[in-house]
Amino acid sequence: MADLKTNFLGIESPNPYWLASAPPTDKEYNVRRAFEAGWGGVVWKTLGSEGPPVVNVNGPRYGAIYGADRRLLGLNNIELITDRPLEVNLEEMARVKADYPDRALIASIMVPCEEEAWKAILPRVAETGADGIELNFGCPHGMSERGMGSAVGQVPEYIEMVTRWCKKYYDRPVIVKLTPNITDIRKPAEAAKNGGADAVSLINTINSITSVNLDTFSPEPSIDGKGSHGGYCGPAVKPIALSMVSEISRAQATHGLPISGIGGVTTWRDAAEFMALGCGTVQVCTAAMTYGFKIIDELTAGLSKWMDEKGYKDVSEIVGLAVPNVTDWQYLNLNYVAKAKIDQDQCIKCGRCYAACEDTSHQAISMSEDRVFEVMDDECVACNLCVDVCPVDGCISMEPMAAGEVDPRTGREVQPNYANWTTHPNNPMAKAAE
Amino acid sequence: MAQGQMAPGIVSGRLSSDELTSNFTDLHPPLAPHEAAVAADRCYFCYDAPCVAACPTEIDIPLFMRHIQAGQPEAAGETILAQNILGGMCARVCPTETLCEEACVREAAEGAPVEIGRLQRYATDSVMAGGAHPFDRAAPTGKTVAVIGAGPAGLACAHRLAMLGHDVVIHESKPKPGGLNEYGIAAYKSTNNFAQAEVDWLMQIGGITIETGSVLGETISLDGLSTNYDAVFLSIGLAGVNALRAGGIDKDGVRPAVEFISDVRQASDLAALPVGRNVVVIGGGMTAVDAAVKSKLLGAEHVTIAYRRGRDAMGASRYEQDLAASHGVKIMTNVQPVAVHGNGAAAEIELEYTSSEGGQLTGTGEVIRLPADQVLKAIGQTLEGAPEGLKLDGNKIAVTGAGRTSITGVWAGGDCAAGGEDLTVTAVAEGRDAAMDIHANLTA
Repeated sequence: MADLKTNFLGIESPNPYWLASAPPTDKEYNVRRAFEAGWGGVVWKTLGSEGPPVVNVNGPRYGAIYGADRRLLGLNNIELITDRPLEVNLEEMARVKADYPDRALIASIMVPCEEEAWKAILPRVAETGADGIELNFGCPHGMSERGMGSAVGQVPEYIEMVTRWCKKYYDRPVIVKLTPNITDIRKPAEAAKNGGADAVSLINTINSITSVNLDTFSPEPSIDGKGSHGGYCGPAVKPIALSMVSEISRAQATHGLPISGIGGVTTWRDAAEFMALGCGTVQVCTAAMTYGFKIIDELTAGLSKWMDEKGYKDVSEIVGLAVPNVTDWQYLNLNYVAKAKIDQDQCIKCGRCYAACEDTSHQAISMSEDRVFEVMDDECVACNLCVDVCPVDGCISMEPMAAGEVDPRTGREVQPNYANWTTHPNNPMAKAAE
Repeated sequence: MAQGQMAPGIVSGRLSSDELTSNFTDLHPPLAPHEAAVAADRCYFCYDAPCVAACPTEIDIPLFMRHIQAGQPEAAGETILAQNILGGMCARVCPTETLCEEACVREAAEGAPVEIGRLQRYATDSVMAGGAHPFDRAAPTGKTVAVIGAGPAGLACAHRLAMLGHDVVIHESKPKPGGLNEYGIAAYKSTNNFAQAEVDWLMQIGGITIETGSVLGETISLDGLSTNYDAVFLSIGLAGVNALRAGGIDKDGVRPAVEFISDVRQASDLAALPVGRNVVVIGGGMTAVDAAVKSKLLGAEHVTIAYRRGRDAMGASRYEQDLAASHGVKIMTNVQPVAVHGNGAAAEIELEYTSSEGGQLTGTGEVIRLPADQVLKAIGQTLEGAPEGLKLDGNKIAVTGAGRTSITGVWAGGDCAAGGEDLTVTAVAEGRDAAMDIHANLTA
């Protein structure tokens, strides 16, 4: 079995799975249970300044989006940072770290955007023996109204400034957690790097309203008839998170910056994908909140099994493997020509490919009297919609055409060479091919 | 004297009331909302869906599934009932395994179709539970139509005509409307007096009168009806039973299975209903299965279905056969009755093995005797009491188009009319389509 031992910024953990800063890591009791279950690390639920702690609403804090059989696909929350006194959290963190020295314990912190506030809390955190800190610049609700959380994360200059303070007053790794509620995720990542951050973690949750009650016309979750946007997470946000992670991984300014990936990690496969896009660890929350801590058994065994199958011995080997393959649209090979192919033996004749293609795409699938569905190569643009809507996995595939064959749609021969939009004759900005 | 299941002869009270009540509960209990949501979610919303084509009433099944998925079972029910006003009964009794569910692409894909029948019940129950009737009548046309027989075809025809603004009088010979929905059909498929509840719900459309005890050829005649009404729809079913050619079939204990089923359906106290200790049902259709399973549920110790051809030739679907087997009914194939033996009352049945070559059935000469104090004949029903002058097609009323008989102004549908399978759902389709044709005719 492949060893999942992970070293991220010098912080060691038996596996790359950390529980994200959230309710599962709010207190000693939960964290001990997580470590007993086998989690590699935790990011302790966000600490605030000393003094009276924040208060949460006393009604529903979560809303959900479901798939078939009420499978939870997306979760939304309006919970704030820890509502327990700072002192209590610090004492518990110290105790837990002492008892589990092999696990990663990171303190998430969110205090006002003033140097004094950071200067005050950082030594206290250092005393606990925590392995590092994560700056919560992502929380999109409640705290942002008070000038913290995503209110900071949306201003790169603030990120850089606060990160600098942290590096000044704290000598262990500093991870900056980014909000996705921003147009270009590369800017805050760059700012964090410029401020001296050792790593970034992303994504925090996305502004969301899960549903509207059609009787009361209140957004859900509803507090006394009113709703506020919450932060969206869970399997539904994974594609957004993957894209943002990839942007940071491949941008020149941030390439090589360690990343802790967050956003809908539910199975080992999700974790492997985040890691392939450049994440040294992944953070999990919704999956644990949905199924409990025991999922760590599948997450670790699955990743290890896949690594064995592929011959990877160490998790560091898989980090970033997919990054070179993420590119801009303009660099995609326009000489690559594929056609959809329907495996008639697997086809169950539902006709969804036909409806999708005929109604909404390129009219490239024919339907016979006896419900045989066939691709018309002279119309097929290989858009992949038929593959995506087909209920049978593997029934429809995209088959590349070999160089030298004639594409019946265009009448042109498939060229063996790579050629992209930058040199295409239709591009007014095209440069002559060298 | 032995009691209960072991008691000899045809006696009542083989099982306790509690056992009987439990035996005759719903074969498939209704789906709960979450179960229904999960089951409906399996529908792929096929293009030009094969299940719709396989439904004699062409219910838009993918659409009603989508209504259920979208949290509106009542809308699903209305989609069903617009095509099939007896969609509630059909949900219970249709052999879906040979109709919509057989055609379901998920049957092809994984041998597990979308549970269309049960979901149809969920949807139609939702509508009926609301109490309101979702259809309105068009402006009165001033036309009146006579419908003979208040079975599925007659009720479907009457409802559609009433909806289109015509007035309808249904003449029914039996004391209650419903036809085979009321007097046939396995009791464990139509519990809680559903047949009557459905008729009452259907009648809410208004404009329909049911006259029971009205017998064609006795209290009414086709000539009289043709004179007094603008059109006549015949849905008189198959009132006769085919004759069984075997010795000793006049002995006590030998009777048509349909009579036995009707007795069970009409029984106010199942504990008072007599059944044999050793029951043999002759036939291989759904009626045979219904009669055999009911006998078993009433407490018969041994129940055998004896069918003269091979298993594949049985009219009952494999699902029905398995249902019988799961209730402990023994199915014997390739045996035909030779004689019923007994001193006045049936005691044994003598069966001869058969072989079939080129479709020709012959006895092999080898015989077997089974104890049989009750023999139920389920070898098919036949048209009886059809008015004179109607052209027949084989043993049924000949029709062209949407149920037009050889007499102008007279339509026919359901089991009495030629064409189509003898199924509730087919009868509904024929009644509905005849109504549309009658309407076109009356408003031309």
